[in-house]
Amino acid sequence: MQSLRTLPWMAALMLVVAVTLLAGCTTVPSAAPAGEAAATEAATEAVSAAPDAAASEALAPTAGGFPNKALQIMAPANPGGGWDTTARLLAQALTETGISPVPVEVFNVPGAGGTIGLAQLVSQNSGDPYTIMMMGRVMVGSILTNDAPVTLAETTPLARLTAEYEIVVVPKDSPYQTMQDLVAAFQADPRSIAWAGGSAGGTDHILVGQIAKAVGVAPDGINYIAYSGGGEAAAAILGGQVAAGVSGIGEWSDFIASGEMRALAVSSADPLEVTPGVPTLTESGVDVVLLNWRGLVGPPNLSDEDKAWLIAALTAVNASEQWQEVLATNGWDDVFLSGDEFGAYLAEEDTTISAVLKEIGLVQ
Amino acid sequence: MFGADIWSNLINGFSVVLTPQHLLFVAIGVVIGTAIGVLPGIGPSLTISLLLPVTFGLEPISAFVMFGGIFYGAMYGGSTTSILVNTPGESSSVVTAIDGFQMAKKGRGGAALATAAIGSFFAGTFATLALMLMAPLLVRFALQFGAPEYFALMLLALSAVTGLAGQSAPKAFFATLLGLAMGMVGIDLQTGQARFTFGNLNLLGGLDPVMVAIGLFAVGEVFWAAGTFKRTVEESVTLRGSLLMNREEWQRSWPAWIRGTLIGFFTGVLPGAGATIASFLSYNAEQRFAKGRAELGQGAIEGVAGPEAANNASAGGALVPLLALGIPGSATTAVMLVAFQIYGLRPGPLLFQQQADLVWGLIASLYIANLALLILNLPMVRIWIKLLDVPKPVLYTGILAFSFLGIYADTQNTASMFVLLALGVVGFLLRRYDFPLAPVVLGAVLGPLIEQEYRRSLAISVNDYTVFFTRPISLVLMTLVAMAFLVPVFNAIWKASRRRAAVPAGDVGEIED
Repeated sequence: MQSLRTLPWMAALMLVVAVTLLAGCTTVPSAAPAGEAAATEAATEAVSAAPDAAASEALAPTAGGFPNKALQIMAPANPGGGWDTTARLLAQALTETGISPVPVEVFNVPGAGGTIGLAQLVSQNSGDPYTIMMMGRVMVGSILTNDAPVTLAETTPLARLTAEYEIVVVPKDSPYQTMQDLVAAFQADPRSIAWAGGSAGGTDHILVGQIAKAVGVAPDGINYIAYSGGGEAAAAILGGQVAAGVSGIGEWSDFIASGEMRALAVSSADPLEVTPGVPTLTESGVDVVLLNWRGLVGPPNLSDEDKAWLIAALTAVNASEQWQEVLATNGWDDVFLSGDEFGAYLAEEDTTISAVLKEIGLVQ
Repeated sequence: MFGADIWSNLINGFSVVLTPQHLLFVAIGVVIGTAIGVLPGIGPSLTISLLLPVTFGLEPISAFVMFGGIFYGAMYGGSTTSILVNTPGESSSVVTAIDGFQMAKKGRGGAALATAAIGSFFAGTFATLALMLMAPLLVRFALQFGAPEYFALMLLALSAVTGLAGQSAPKAFFATLLGLAMGMVGIDLQTGQARFTFGNLNLLGGLDPVMVAIGLFAVGEVFWAAGTFKRTVEESVTLRGSLLMNREEWQRSWPAWIRGTLIGFFTGVLPGAGATIASFLSYNAEQRFAKGRAELGQGAIEGVAGPEAANNASAGGALVPLLALGIPGSATTAVMLVAFQIYGLRPGPLLFQQQADLVWGLIASLYIANLALLILNLPMVRIWIKLLDVPKPVLYTGILAFSFLGIYADTQNTASMFVLLALGVVGFLLRRYDFPLAPVVLGAVLGPLIEQEYRRSLAISVNDYTVFFTRPISLVLMTLVAMAFLVPVFNAIWKASRRRAAVPAGDVGEIED
């Protein structure tokens, strides 16, 4: 019979299937021992290198026994973006400093500026302290432009962690030497300046809208070219395809350092150490300050005890030397704000961003 | 440029990698890569991001040689199910299914797998060599590509549809339009507004081309098999001739490998073009230049050799902007960029100098990975071919399970299961009424890109339509596009008129174009 002859091959196939399945399944759980091994390694190293690193001891579980299994951080975007990178660096810091007694894993729910991940967190994880979500300023904008049915008001604000200021650059062969040059050309003929940046309605777009408003150009008349991800926008600027570009300062710092791009202004209130010699927008006569913050929220209906534990863990990791080093390498600012204060800030941001998006014409 | 010390750097790179530990990681990488290539839905970017936490404790070089192996391995593995069971596991091997599956039906599945593996080896080795020798030069070339050039390139890829038509051109055009429409679903990048989502939050993210490919091909194929099971007499597909390639197949394969490699590599270097577009462009080229072009669509080996070389070469090409500029050119290289950051490394103009050991070690490991993949995959042909003997109910149940598993792993969203199911039904209906499926995937991949680049072109040039024809690279590409669309038309007219004229002579020969 046919099936008898194929039996050995069936067995072989099933074996392959089983092995791949096992490989697939063990990927995530096996992160635990590897992570722990790495954590102890790092801890021993840290102890010998810096005595104060020993201060970050594991946080004791709550009376209710939370946490007793791996924590999950959802990055509501594709692997490789800002939220994903921040989430992964945070997960690494939480385990390697030993603050989290359990492994911390990152998973991605991509799509729609994070609103798909947000909807999932609110609808599927209510009351579950094991799943928290990375988010930031961009999500506030996406919720408005997408007219998302779920908003941040339904989540449990945990902490604002990092802030990245924005930077305005031009290609190295650009005729614009200063922000004033760029602004003059922009005022003369707004559409002649093509601004490259991230997706429509995101922080980069909002900054261009605010610059326009500040220099007397109608915000809905800007020529903004949206690119998916900083890589494509960087290529467009390096190739001189667009007049100017806007992004977080960290993303293009190497191009600026190597002279491939010329930095004209940063969006901070005071000049930044990481971008020496680059004036602020305000110094250049454009009255705009903008910070692109990232933070974490939890699902709805968290118990006070679990919420307090999560905030304590984030507070401890924020104070750790390892995390401060992460901030420094990436050019991020420490803008830690937790719990209800962060919640109030979220509401404030919602009002500000909503106003700008209306002026750009992205929100009715 | 790296100058004359390039070879000493490379030797240094090999000395870094040729340690038992690193070789073990290369081996793990290629095995995992091949496995995920074979499995539908699970791609290299997902795999690398899943493996990131596991590699925290490793030295960076160990992690990166493993990622390199996964990256290349996934491209090798992707062709297997396309060829043998007409169910591509990634969107970049959709085009392989067209001729590959026909070859398998004719008993030449072994040769198709072999040409894919050897072509991939050739392409991967070339791409690594070119990456090593010309990265800075290539980056300058890639930066010449602005929105009008990308638009023209995407149009050229779209013209491949003229060759995917099968029996009916109107049906192929309908399929393309359907694909383009699917590509429109979701949030528009330029305005942030939702389109064709019908108020459904789960559609905001759009229809991922990988999901479209798996839904239409794999899930659709399963429905088709279930629908026709026991109603059709199953012709048993046995191997005819040698297991691997015969002399003629070798002779027809190598020019296709070269064409596919060149096309794939240069497409890969361009950030945002990618392996799927490379494979379609290569198929397009085969339609014009292959010796066996008349046979394309019915099981021509060039239709497998070219695209498979192209998608592998594009993987190598995508590493050029990553290593030379720190710009990720694909989803997988974006994840590798995160990996660099997690190790505290910043890819960029300075990486080659600052992290010479790492970069050259990675390049050396890519050579090793390619060789390992060839050694792994050629003998595997003997085993994979047995997939054809697996009883249909078992095989298709497995395909269905893996398709859903893969997509779920990718999206982590239960709603995507229903989207996949719906796409499967669409795939079934399209097959039932003889519509070709590949143009749908082509449309879904290209739709958003064509549209975005078109709008960017016009926005940057402030609505000047001549921008597509006044820039040299764009003009050349546009001319190729015009030829691609018009030549078949003129050809048909000429053929018809010649046939009329030739009737008295009674001679209708092979017509060159």
